[in-house]
Amino acid sequence: MRRILFAVLPLAYLMIAFAFIYLPVLVLVLFSFQAGDLPVPPFNGPSLRWYEAMFANDRLVRSLINSIVVALGSATAATGLGLLAAYSMAQYTTSRSGGVRFLIMAPMTVSYIIIGMGLMTILYLVGVPKSLLTVAIGHVVVNLPLAFAIIYSQFGDHLKQIDSAARDLGAGDFQTLSRIIVPIMRPAIFAAFCLSATLSWDEYIIALLVSRFEVTLPVMIIEMLRGGLTPIVNAAGTVVFAISMGFVVIAATVLFFGREGNR
Amino acid sequence: MSNAQQLGVKRWGTWPSIVFVLVFFVMPLAAMIVVSFWVSAYGRLTPAFSLSNYVKFFGTPYLRDSLINSLEVTLLATTLSVVLAYPLAYLIAYWVPPRWQRIVLLLYVLPFWTAYVVRSYSWLLILSDNGILNVALERTGLIDEPLKFAYNRGATVLGFVHFCTMLLTLTIYANLVQINPSYLRAAQDLGASRLNAFLRVTLPLSVPGVAVGFFLSFVIVIGDYITPQVLGGNTEVLVPQAIMLQALRAANIPMATVMSLSLMMIVIVVYLMIGKHLKMDRV
Repeated sequence: MRRILFAVLPLAYLMIAFAFIYLPVLVLVLFSFQAGDLPVPPFNGPSLRWYEAMFANDRLVRSLINSIVVALGSATAATGLGLLAAYSMAQYTTSRSGGVRFLIMAPMTVSYIIIGMGLMTILYLVGVPKSLLTVAIGHVVVNLPLAFAIIYSQFGDHLKQIDSAARDLGAGDFQTLSRIIVPIMRPAIFAAFCLSATLSWDEYIIALLVSRFEVTLPVMIIEMLRGGLTPIVNAAGTVVFAISMGFVVIAATVLFFGREGNR
Repeated sequence: MSNAQQLGVKRWGTWPSIVFVLVFFVMPLAAMIVVSFWVSAYGRLTPAFSLSNYVKFFGTPYLRDSLINSLEVTLLATTLSVVLAYPLAYLIAYWVPPRWQRIVLLLYVLPFWTAYVVRSYSWLLILSDNGILNVALERTGLIDEPLKFAYNRGATVLGFVHFCTMLLTLTIYANLVQINPSYLRAAQDLGASRLNAFLRVTLPLSVPGVAVGFFLSFVIVIGDYITPQVLGGNTEVLVPQAIMLQALRAANIPMATVMSLSLMMIVIVVYLMIGKHLKMDRV
């Protein structure tokens, strides 16, 4: 009896935990295909009614486009800054390196709401209007530590040798970086980009605090929630989920499984 | 060393990041500290050096309560998450065959990175009066009237536990697989029972993973606005909600900065309390 229990219990726990983690997402996606007016049982459908409603809603589509622009822009900036800093830190250590690393990583230990409030305060003081650009800047602040950490962690010693070899053969700064380092580091750079893009795509509080007329999709979705439960939020949420899942799966695959394949 | 130009990018490569972090992270924090001493009257800010916002924050019952509520909810949610996540991480590390571990772990933590905005809303679909849970209970005849699962503290805590469990599973697993298996074998060779070996070897060695996950969860939970706003209803206010009320509705930026800074202070205190266990690089 006891032996059976010890064989079944672990599996049961793993399955219950799995159900717990995926239940909300499952319900969200299922009821996005609801034909009725409410995203609750009974389920009639499947129907694409609410997806049509979503893409017919100009403000929603506009916020979707805004989100894509902000995600791609901020991820590009975060990855670029992170790459330069990681490249420099990995090869050129000075007595100040520890301090620099601490500074770059610092935003990671602060809640998003505080970063958002800080930006909002300084925008107010300086008199700069809130816009999508300020949202993107906020997202670079939270994503730079992540991008830097991912890329930095993948800079091995072998890269130092390759780097000096390229230089001995006459490659300049820019050439070494663009023709040698970036191609070798492509998996890490790509993973950093995908994760940054996801976090920006899904981010709400900073986007709310430092935006004004043009808003991102998460802000729009939460605003629509005020009207109560409606399947159009399920449809929009499913789109958000599907896209961020895509980014994360790519990033995770590259980071988790890419290393062995590349050697 | 060969020549100076070779050191170009290496020398200035960190500068763009340093300048960016200084301008858009350090300066805003400094601005918040300055503004927290200013006075706000009818939505207009006047430079001053006044402690009135701080006095008001700790002296006004509903604002002070938000701080207590936040601490209670955060501690409850993070503790429950540790209790749920530890067995999960343990099973993945010791029960799942090694070649499947990475993919299984990935499955369990993937949603952590996605669907942040709609996660709380999805729970609403399950917990609300006509949601899945109540419908299921009514169909099976267990209840006649829908139970109030949503719009209370329990729902908020559930929402937090849901995503902290994923995060903690990740950090605890990462720690567990780094523990040298020969320690455990040595303990068992010396006569320790499996339970004893776990309690005296594995558990103490996994404290850093728990501590890092706990700290990261704490930071996320105490600063989160959406989960209590969507799931908590209007029975109580947590600090992030109070901040947003002051910042957007009341246009009282100084008050909002005071509350934001107190959140930061709490996180720093927690960091100092468990800091000696936080070895980020091990996780």
